[in-house]
Amino acid sequence: MSTSSTLPIAKAITAGLRDAMAADDRVLLMGEDIATLGGVFRVTDGLLAEFGAQRVVDTPLAEAGIVGTAVGLAVRGYRPVVEIQFDGFVFPAYNQITTQVAKMHNRTSGAVNLPMVIRIPHGGGIGAVEHHSESPEALFAHTAGLRILAPATAQDAYWMTRQAIESEDPVIMLEPKRRYWVKGDVDPDRRPALSPWQAQVVRPGTDATLLAWGPSMPLALESAQAAEADGLDLEVIDARSLSPVDVPTIADSVRRTGRLLIVHEAPVLGGLGGEIAARISEECFYHLEAPVLRVGGYHLPYPPARMEHAYLPDLDRVLDGVDRLLEH
Amino acid sequence: MVQLLAPHGTRTPHEQLDAVLEESGLAAPERLRGYYRDMVMIRAADLEATSLQRQGQLGLWASALGQEAAQIGAGHASRTQDYLVPTYREHGVAWARGIEPWRLLELFRGISHGGWDPNALRTHPYMIVLGSQAPHAVGYAMGLQRDGVVGTGDAETDTAVLALFGDGASSEGEVAESFTFAASFQAPVVFYTQNNQWAISVPTQVQSRVPLAQRSRGWGIPSVRVDGNDVLAVLGAVRTALDSARGGNGPVFVEAMTYRMAAHTTSDDASRYRPAAEEEEWAAKDPILRLRRHLEQLGEIDEQFTSRCDEEAHDLAMQLHHHIHGMEDPDPVRMFDHPYAEPHPIVDAERAQYLEYVAQFEDEDTEETTR
Repeated sequence: MSTSSTLPIAKAITAGLRDAMAADDRVLLMGEDIATLGGVFRVTDGLLAEFGAQRVVDTPLAEAGIVGTAVGLAVRGYRPVVEIQFDGFVFPAYNQITTQVAKMHNRTSGAVNLPMVIRIPHGGGIGAVEHHSESPEALFAHTAGLRILAPATAQDAYWMTRQAIESEDPVIMLEPKRRYWVKGDVDPDRRPALSPWQAQVVRPGTDATLLAWGPSMPLALESAQAAEADGLDLEVIDARSLSPVDVPTIADSVRRTGRLLIVHEAPVLGGLGGEIAARISEECFYHLEAPVLRVGGYHLPYPPARMEHAYLPDLDRVLDGVDRLLEH
Repeated sequence: MVQLLAPHGTRTPHEQLDAVLEESGLAAPERLRGYYRDMVMIRAADLEATSLQRQGQLGLWASALGQEAAQIGAGHASRTQDYLVPTYREHGVAWARGIEPWRLLELFRGISHGGWDPNALRTHPYMIVLGSQAPHAVGYAMGLQRDGVVGTGDAETDTAVLALFGDGASSEGEVAESFTFAASFQAPVVFYTQNNQWAISVPTQVQSRVPLAQRSRGWGIPSVRVDGNDVLAVLGAVRTALDSARGGNGPVFVEAMTYRMAAHTTSDDASRYRPAAEEEEWAAKDPILRLRRHLEQLGEIDEQFTSRCDEEAHDLAMQLHHHIHGMEDPDPVRMFDHPYAEPHPIVDAERAQYLEYVAQFEDEDTEETTR
């Protein structure tokens, strides 16, 4: 791929993987069913034929083994990109990610870099069974040594894939699985000016700031549009990077709008929204017209599919949050 | 169980391993004297480290007392190009790989989380979470396959990984997953378990209904059980296994039967769970004494040599003592140095906050001095 085109997010990631593999022969892919099948979401489709079985590796069904062997490959000088089939299946690898992946560089006083990527289809709303719809971002954001990217657009999906693979640190890529087939423009020739670790104001506004990421981004934009009909001018920020979180960009916006509503799918209790709210309260105390509010999941195991519509933030819940924000 | 040296030092012939030892030169008399010296040295360092812990100089020490043959043998069975993946009790292996004992103590003193460059010394950092390192070993071995340094037929090129863990770690899921990956990809890795009989207070037989050496066979990984207090059996078995892995024949599992004569760590009290009679039984199988008796039977060792080893060991212990007592605590700001390889705004901000906080007290000190 070499020219600008319109691609679904899944295929933008495929293109990112393909171009990264072509650019650097140390990059290799590992995961369950990723080679012959092309992955459960077909994100790695076609790459086996292009790069061969040494670089597109179907692994045994063992998440700790997948992540743990990727650590060894990275120490040996490779740049492994592993696929976890669904967010809820990352937990068998949680020990490897938190005690090994996150800490190897620090443990060796900087002698060893661990340039590996863990791709995780992220979030709910696809009507799936238990463990297929989770939002574990806060668990990983709480662990120093990891970086987390959450693309929401095809352009970010392509470039964040490239940039995650190029990073000398381990990166968790949270891919918005229910948006895999939503198309967007991708320009693989022009490296974005914006760092992947920076948030982006995607809709300027003056009355309040909406912050979201990954699967919640379309909802945030939709909510801003709906609010516009009520005469409200909402600014929308795509956090893009969840570790580190780009607090300065969010704080700049809040200093202008005086209000912040954070929207995410993960449970509000202990979620990343709480951390951002605390930081914004510290930095923007005298600019805030209202407490920072959050709209997100409840303190429950992710519910069965027929109830998830009530668990996930939707337009009405976000607008209700906006109303509460503006009541102050 | 493969044994080449009986506890009283008598040599038992073993057709296959003798051929390997002969061909590799690993059992030449000067090498045997070297292993003897190594074992005496590392035992002295180990005992000194225990003393240093008792003196409050180390936060913890995990003694390898009694496991010297299992470790010196495995370390020397590897070739320079091999990559070793240890757990946290591999002091003899580290010694054989040229890692100075004071570097091991950095971890236990709380200076760093690991005291050496893994790539430079081709030895992974010590690993505290049991079994976590086993998949790293397999992944590294998969990297060797991709680098084309397996099965070339050139002994200087062919490379393998030696994954070390104990009987307790063998209960961890990641070890089982490592067997799966190693077998699936026929990775050039040798799993080497020092079965020192106790996982803190739980004996091996509670953790496994079959000898550990039988377990890997369920994965199609050939295995051998050796006397881990017999340095020659360990050398022969591990070298054979590594040669096979280097040659492209896939993984091998070696179980070395040994015994930790000390407690699990300095925080443990083995007398609460371990029968004294068992400790006495194993003391009679001491690996250092065994090699010494063998060398005496060969007429390859004399009083002068053993005395010199003892003196060197004493000197090493003294050096360690002085080194640790002279070791300054790192400036705490160093903890901000390596959480990430690339710049990280939150870590940078927190480092700045820390420095600013500390500077307040420096200003106070200055004010008091000038007042």
